[in-house]
Amino acid sequence: MPPISEAIVALLLLASGCIALIAALGLVRLPTFFDRMHAPALVQTLAAWCVTFASIIHFSTRAGEPRLHIWLIIIILSITVPVTTAVLARATLFRERQEPGSNLPPPLRKQMPATRPDQPPAP
Amino acid sequence: MSPLLTWSITLTLLLYMAAMVLGLVRVLRGPRAQDRVVAMDFMYVVGMLIMLVLAIRYDSSMYFEGALLMVLFGFVGTMALGKFLLRGEVIE
Repeated sequence: MPPISEAIVALLLLASGCIALIAALGLVRLPTFFDRMHAPALVQTLAAWCVTFASIIHFSTRAGEPRLHIWLIIIILSITVPVTTAVLARATLFRERQEPGSNLPPPLRKQMPATRPDQPPAP
Repeated sequence: MSPLLTWSITLTLLLYMAAMVLGLVRVLRGPRAQDRVVAMDFMYVVGMLIMLVLAIRYDSSMYFEGALLMVLFGFVGTMALGKFLLRGEVIE
């Protein structure tokens, strides 16, 4: 392996480690739940991309040809992470509105009509 | 494998371990259930990154398949827990 690609791989790995530690510190120290939801996104995007690029560079330079199958990791992560984030945020909104004394805004659906007036009623 | 890469991999694994310990602190301390679920999802992703770094360390592509499975099972587990928190049951 040429030393320049080894240096790039080492730099990307160290960057992802530092990003993971920063995200964990945010997960521990931020005050409310909706603040804490932002911290793991750092790992799921930036650190995963850094590690993926590091392993693509490492395996490609060792094999002498492009090895791109590790793209699957970030493709699957970028599909699944918004879904879990949305579901957890909805669940937390639902649960915090049940608690007495919560100052969250009411759900938007109650202010809208149940069926849109320009739509014909279902048979 | 050069000493630069070996040392950087060791240091990266130590940083990941510190991140997982902090995530475990949040799992144990989290005031409500959704905090624990978010921390568990975070630990799943960090475990997946550890598998990818071990794939570089031991120069084997078997770890890649393990990492892929960890992504998928983390998604399924977090979705099931989120549905449970939202409705009180997983499958309606």
